[in-house]
Amino acid sequence: MSRLSHLDELEAEAIYIIREVAAECEKPVMLYSIGKDSSVMLRLAMKAFYPEKPPFPFLHVNTTWKFKEMIEFRDKTAKELGIEMLEYINEEGVNNGINPFDHGSSYTDIMKTQALKQALNKYGFTAAFGGGRRDEEKSRAKERIFSFRNASHAWDPKNQRPEMWKLYNTEINKGESIRVFPISNWTETDIWQYIKQEEIPIVPLYFAAERPVVERDGNLIMVDDDRMRLEPGEIPQLKPVRFRTLGCYPLSGGVLSQASTLDEIIEETLSSVESERTSRVIDKDGGGASMEKRKREGYF
Amino acid sequence: MSGLLKFITCGSVDDGKSTLIGHILYDSKLLYADQEKALLLDSKVGSRGGEIDYSLLLDGLMAEREQGITIDVAYRYFTTERRSFIVADTPGHEEYTRNMAVGASFANLAVILVDAKQGVLVQTRRHSRICALMGIHHFVFAVNKMDLADYKEERFNEIKKEILTLSEELSLKNIKIIPVSATEGDNVTKRSDRMDWYQDETLMEHLETVDITESENLDDFYLPVQRVCRPNHEFRGFQGQIESGKVKTGQKLYSLPGSESARVERILVGDKEVSEASYGQAVTIQLDREVDVSRGCVLTDNESLPIGKNIKASLLWMDDEPLSAAKNYLIKLGTKRLPAIIKKIEYKVDVNTGEHIKTDRGVKNEILFCEIECSENIVADLFKNHKTLGELILIDRLSHMTSACGVVEHVEGQRKKPYFEKDSIWAEGYIFEEFYFNLEHAFLSKPNSADTTYHVGDAVPIKGDSFHYPEYFDIIDVERSAAILIRGAFIKDIISLTEYEYSGLPVLDERGFALLVTSEKDVDRFFKEYKLLEKDNKVAFVNRWSRFETYRSVVCNDNYWMI
Repeated sequence: MSRLSHLDELEAEAIYIIREVAAECEKPVMLYSIGKDSSVMLRLAMKAFYPEKPPFPFLHVNTTWKFKEMIEFRDKTAKELGIEMLEYINEEGVNNGINPFDHGSSYTDIMKTQALKQALNKYGFTAAFGGGRRDEEKSRAKERIFSFRNASHAWDPKNQRPEMWKLYNTEINKGESIRVFPISNWTETDIWQYIKQEEIPIVPLYFAAERPVVERDGNLIMVDDDRMRLEPGEIPQLKPVRFRTLGCYPLSGGVLSQASTLDEIIEETLSSVESERTSRVIDKDGGGASMEKRKREGYF
Repeated sequence: MSGLLKFITCGSVDDGKSTLIGHILYDSKLLYADQEKALLLDSKVGSRGGEIDYSLLLDGLMAEREQGITIDVAYRYFTTERRSFIVADTPGHEEYTRNMAVGASFANLAVILVDAKQGVLVQTRRHSRICALMGIHHFVFAVNKMDLADYKEERFNEIKKEILTLSEELSLKNIKIIPVSATEGDNVTKRSDRMDWYQDETLMEHLETVDITESENLDDFYLPVQRVCRPNHEFRGFQGQIESGKVKTGQKLYSLPGSESARVERILVGDKEVSEASYGQAVTIQLDREVDVSRGCVLTDNESLPIGKNIKASLLWMDDEPLSAAKNYLIKLGTKRLPAIIKKIEYKVDVNTGEHIKTDRGVKNEILFCEIECSENIVADLFKNHKTLGELILIDRLSHMTSACGVVEHVEGQRKKPYFEKDSIWAEGYIFEEFYFNLEHAFLSKPNSADTTYHVGDAVPIKGDSFHYPEYFDIIDVERSAAILIRGAFIKDIISLTEYEYSGLPVLDERGFALLVTSEKDVDRFFKEYKLLEKDNKVAFVNRWSRFETYRSVVCNDNYWMI
């Protein structure tokens, strides 16, 4: 009996989950953040339904502070694959001038968490796929694959529904919804190896290149456009950097790297001594439990 | 590399589960620098007086850290040079038993911790029982806190005895007992020099090398249909994951619970066309003609998979609301979801003693044996035969809570009535049926089977026109994993093969053929060969191990119309 490889097993599990949602949930959507995990999710969705197109739209919650290259990549990908890509921006936040420089953690809340909730309510989605992985963070490590949210999108970590074998319970009341994490059991290394195996296109920011950056609180922040506020004395310098995770450019710390091919990235990931979330500036607000707090409030 | 190992840690509160896993991650240098820094910082304010508190690596929820306990399963991922692991660290409190069961349903192996000071506790027994119920076949008992028992061999041996008694009670196979100290690290990843008397593997050595390849019946192909893929009028494909066996283009498949069949026209694995796919793969199958297939149907090459409305199952009740018989639930089994009622609670199982206790209600964390009636026919099978067709959950239709999970132990209204049956154990066969040689057409044939089911205590016909059996012998139905003990031409017992011991009496198969076994060793070899059997060489296997002519003879008959 030939056993599936580790990656094939993870792929089959994810496809099974994606198909279950399409079959049982009334109005699903796949969240698309343009990052590497989203790229893997998108590929899995394309494979799960082939020759049909995924029977649900994709949703990008745009904070308006994403890297330019990310937005270009998003639009190109959606066009090439012929999928429905929705974009949602919290216009009220934009009108109030909410930005990552002045508003710290309330920026994340308003432009990401609140925006996501508004988008889900606007379209009435009952299930939303996310690319969360359990190896990312301690409270994620505790979350079910099908993670139930009440009508105000809150997660109750102390009272999660049991999830047995692959018999997923998708029953909800009106107003409630489910977050679904098909790649819960993947690690960062699995993601990179799958990207390589499947030749999945990803945003070029993941590969090392000379980029204009400033060093701030130990993070290398890229100056992606002229909205970047420079502190007195800060002068952008060209440095060979790449990004392990992508988000809003003022909040994404790059790492010095020469890794310009997938093999080099995998090599770097395997020997890395820091977990990928250290480069995400937002995680450090509020101590070790900040992710759980945000999730309880409706963040992914 | 021995492949991926999914395991859980369980046991009673404070037996040190999270600490053990934390220590493995720490020792194996599997922490990122920032995680290690956070651990050292957190430990300073923790309950171990500044010593590293390894459990903080696992208990990630705020409430858990506040209370110093584990509430829900945490999954951790790590890789050593020899193997990749996913470990589910589960809570020890009785209150959170259902979260422990979530972990158990996911794992191939259970590491059950036993406190060296306290020995086997009720919670140890409950967890072992649930692990066995959920289908785990490999067990490691880690006798922990040996440091607090002065690393004494006598204490270890006392507990070892208790564990062996427990594992016998639960018929656990593949068990390993290791003395460890999770806080100090003895025999976790490094051999302890404080326990010279233990020379066997450390916990980590065992986990890295244990063989978990399942020898379950992978013969027949089956796929519960998840969805029908219909991008346009030309294409209609059935999507799902292959739960056992292989499928090839051209192969004939049945769509159950209907009776239609068709041949496989095309197979897609993801977006690639293939000519053959096997166990574990997510596929899309196109058939060569229109048949009635929808979500919840099962595509299979085994026409005789059981179909019925009434099933009996062992349930783990997980809802705060008690179980009430006659209440309407939703059952989910395979990819089928439909209304069902619990008709009757036959008994509950005492988690401590295993005793069956009559009851008419069930509460949270109890194991109950129940009769369930579905609103329509479904394809279901015993958990031990076809795992995915034997797993179920019950959903409360009002609260939407997953109220119970369970495993199927009996399906009523199976297409074929079993030939032998005792409770959930049954066997097929036609050992007491005649064979005649048809003179007209020159072939050996068996008239249609009588519609009989034999039970314990029944007399059996040991002599017929074309067979003559001894009065004392054993029948082995290796496919159904059952043995029937015939004593003085009566059925003395029908038992599971796992309990069968060679008695020295003649052994026959369910067809009435003599099996060529004359010792316990032969029997073991026979079982082993069967487990390794591929579909294609079944005939060779039967020819090698059995003889038609020992107890049967060829009798001629010209009455060909009765054949």
